[in-house]
Amino acid sequence: MAENNGEIKLFGVLGSPFVRRVQIALKLKGVEYTYVEEDLKNKSDLLLKYNPVHKKVPVLVHNGKPLAESLVILEYIDETWGNHPLLPQQPYERALARFWSRFIDDKCLPAISKAAWNVEKEEREKGIEESSEAIQFLENELKHKFFGGENIGFVDIVAGFLAFWLPVIEEASGFTLLSSEKFPKLHKWSEEFINHPVVKENLPPRERLLGFFKARHASITASK
Amino acid sequence: MEEVVLLGFWTSPYVMRVKIALLEKGVEFEYKEEKDIFEDENKSELLLKSNPIHKKVPTLIHNGRPICESLIILEYIDEVWKQQKQLFSHDPYHRAKARFLIDLFDNKVGDCGRRMWASKGEDQEAAKREFVEFLKLLENELGDKPYFAGDYFGLLDIALIPITCRFYTYETLGKFSVENECPRFMAWVRRCNQRESVSKTLPDPFKVFDFVLEIKKRFSIE
Repeated sequence: MAENNGEIKLFGVLGSPFVRRVQIALKLKGVEYTYVEEDLKNKSDLLLKYNPVHKKVPVLVHNGKPLAESLVILEYIDETWGNHPLLPQQPYERALARFWSRFIDDKCLPAISKAAWNVEKEEREKGIEESSEAIQFLENELKHKFFGGENIGFVDIVAGFLAFWLPVIEEASGFTLLSSEKFPKLHKWSEEFINHPVVKENLPPRERLLGFFKARHASITASK
Repeated sequence: MEEVVLLGFWTSPYVMRVKIALLEKGVEFEYKEEKDIFEDENKSELLLKSNPIHKKVPTLIHNGRPICESLIILEYIDEVWKQQKQLFSHDPYHRAKARFLIDLFDNKVGDCGRRMWASKGEDQEAAKREFVEFLKLLENELGDKPYFAGDYFGLLDIALIPITCRFYTYETLGKFSVENECPRFMAWVRRCNQRESVSKTLPDPFKVFDFVLEIKKRFSIE
């Protein structure tokens, strides 16, 4: 399999949920790649060359051709390697999967960011409300063990932030969003997700992540 | 019997994308114009029911099932009516680049477009610079090719052409000329306008300008 895949490089940082999405997808498809850890305070020339527009990770380089933005990369991976499909087969179901993926990135994540990191306490409280509303839509949408059905699929991979990063942020910041009382299905889903054999080995060390978020929380509350 | 309904509003470039795609594919559809997309209370029941989360146009309803968000709709149209000519490249890398650029465009132009007609002074100047910079990026992408995908009018062309009906508005309020800054881009614009799907869909730029002035008055944007 390796001979046909060409050269695959992934630029990332240890704690990024967006990088982990790509790693999980590549792992599910059995695609081998070289990983390059970036220092975001001192970005490499290669990263800046491959992603001049956003200068961010993840960046996937396949046979010298660079791609940026995790959702774009996930679709590329799914189209290039046909085994273990991530998106459903039928056009309508694919449209729904794309819709929910964008919903997570455009509505859930910014609201959670506001809840956790906005310097104004009032804005953080608004963020908690907005996050709760957004997550409720996802709770209503979840009908099986995973968003992808019996196996993890595209939306599960994108939603991974809620399963692993969100609880760590909650612990560091002292608020609760994804409680088992309010969101029983999502709560159960997040346990299934982080215990999935491929996901488990592609998550950052929890303690380090907690330390990072605690420090961030301290600087937010100290500045007021 | 296929039932295809498109909910839209005449000034939305995102709606125009979908119309152009449906016309290119030769798909028969019913178009329903929203009265007003600026206040939720004025939106149609069908729109609120079909797109309860975002309440936005375009929303496509195919045999009773709604699909939202223009890029998602375009991909859906290409996948469902695949016996007609492909709008999207077959090559995964080109598809990825197109998705990336459309996303970038939607974020950039959504922001600096508005600032060009809604703000003044330094902010408006900055918006103009960002806009022109972005068009130059697109010019580089286009290169010498007649269309973004090469020699056929494809998904990226469809996604980018609608905003051009606002150029007169941007140029007039921002006092600059896209032709002077990006002549190759304008050559592509004229080429696309020769296609019936585009000329039938894009509204008169002067009507768009009048509408923007009305909106400024309505929301007291000086």
